Amino acid sequence: MDLIWDGLKEAVSLIFSGDAYVYEVALTSLYVSGLATLIAVVIGFGLASLLVFRAPPGRVLALSAFNAGMALPPVAVGLIVAIMLWRTGPLGELGLLYTPTAIVIAQAVIATPVVTALSVVALQSVNPRLRLQVLALGASRWQAGALLFREARLALLAAVMAGFGAAVSEVGATIMVGGNIRGETRTLTSATVLEVQQGDFETGIAFSLILLAIIFAVVGGLTVLQQRRSAS
Amino acid sequence: MSEPRIGLRGVKVEKGRRTVLDVESLDVRAGEVLAVVGPNGAGKSTLISVLGLLEKPKRGEVFFAGEPVSGDFLAYRRRMAVVFQEPLLLDASVESNVGTGLALRGASRDERRARVQAWLARFGIEALAGRSARTLSGGEAQRVSLARALVLEPEVLLLDEPFAGLDAPTRQSLIDDLARVLGETGAATVFVTHDRDEALRLGDRLAVLMDGRVRQEGTPQEIFAGPADEEVAAFVGIETIAPGRVETVSDGLAVVRAGERLIEAGGDVRAGDAVLVCLRPEDITLGPPAEATRTSARNHLPATVMRITPAGPWVRVELDAGFPVVSLITKQSLEDLALAPGTAVVATFKAAAVHLIRK
Repeated sequence: MDLIWDGLKEAVSLIFSGDAYVYEVALTSLYVSGLATLIAVVIGFGLASLLVFRAPPGRVLALSAFNAGMALPPVAVGLIVAIMLWRTGPLGELGLLYTPTAIVIAQAVIATPVVTALSVVALQSVNPRLRLQVLALGASRWQAGALLFREARLALLAAVMAGFGAAVSEVGATIMVGGNIRGETRTLTSATVLEVQQGDFETGIAFSLILLAIIFAVVGGLTVLQQRRSAS
Repeated sequence: MSEPRIGLRGVKVEKGRRTVLDVESLDVRAGEVLAVVGPNGAGKSTLISVLGLLEKPKRGEVFFAGEPVSGDFLAYRRRMAVVFQEPLLLDASVESNVGTGLALRGASRDERRARVQAWLARFGIEALAGRSARTLSGGEAQRVSLARALVLEPEVLLLDEPFAGLDAPTRQSLIDDLARVLGETGAATVFVTHDRDEALRLGDRLAVLMDGRVRQEGTPQEIFAGPADEEVAAFVGIETIAPGRVETVSDGLAVVRAGERLIEAGGDVRAGDAVLVCLRPEDITLGPPAEATRTSARNHLPATVMRITPAGPWVRVELDAGFPVVSLITKQSLEDLALAPGTAVVATFKAAAVHLIRK
């Protein structure tokens, strides 16, 4: 118990002393996972509207793939992204391995199926005849899409939250493609792993607490937004 | 007569191998309400989808203001409005819902507000403006849906069974409001329904759609008094349909043998024709056998009461006169005549009430 208590105290003092290292790691996490989520949302919303509104052939197969993708092992994603970005790999010339960009790519790959699969469910939960009604009211394809996304906004926000959660809490692929380089690719999750491996539990707990605080702040903020809109 | 605002030529729609719509020609003029009646599955909704340019027919063309529709469907769709059976409102306020179509057309906020308020008032729902659409009753929601369509002041208004999901009192008041509004707008309106009373209430002209085809088109009187075939007859409420053969014709009055009976009827038929004798239940009165000769009606059929069932304020009496006959009488008459299954009566109807369909 002492260990946890000391860890909590250390965490609080680290957070409130304005420790540069802690803030740098926290900002890296936010930046990397925020960007990865944004990419996942752009791709996921696009794929979901394609699958739901255009009903292309092979739709069920694609849907199964995205549903399976929700359980994609991050380590496997890390491995594949690492191989792609490896100096001698197909994208090696870009020199992206062990950069924040590499982590963004890996986390986006992990979050995209989550956002896509949940967005498909969100859009499918809207009455399909509503699309006809909206078109009949004189909506262009894009206007119709926008209105239907608005209609599914609550469930779509849940998809965004799940995507962000998958990205920010990921560690295996992050270390594999990011390398856990201090000041560059060290995130809250990879820093926690490192500190615990070094026996510095207090700092490890501090990082975990900050991670939880960020998740709570972001997801909580989105939830407030979601519930306020639903009440109006 | 003005030229048709919207129409179809040679339109055919198939779902799988089934032809769901096959309309050679259909036109609606500005200011006119065409009521399309037909049983469920007749292709009525498909007709609305095709007219509303929401579904492309396999063959044929939609005409708008005399020209075949081509190119950008959106531009045509913005001159029409569709109301479906479900209100299909967006998850937003009533005001925002009614303003949706105007917003899609780029109307300014002020214009939107003014027009939305005016139409909410015309449907008696201005008090609901700020309410969330999710909290509305079925009748309120359908009023919002109608206001949302009419606020666009469309040149063509397409109504797909807009009252089907509503309870009777709500439906009646909404039909009254819509009838008033339709009289004021110059829209060419296509109103699709399976309910012949609604069709009569709102339609200037009727089209009977069955199995995807327009079986008959004309004024309500033309169709109800002279259905084109047996199915149309049954659908428009003719419940007695008996096969017969014309024996003689003189001075436009035909004598038809139906089973054991001879029936006098008006109609453009010739001796020897095989016909269907059609009678509407409200045209047949019942009386005791002795009374038979006292009225001016031409036909008196001795019959036996088979079954009596209440039908709202009326009583439906099924008779056997050698062929099945259905009569609609008041509850008072039922008591006066002391009718019960097995009672012998005389069914009386005028020759003019008989409609003959040549087979």
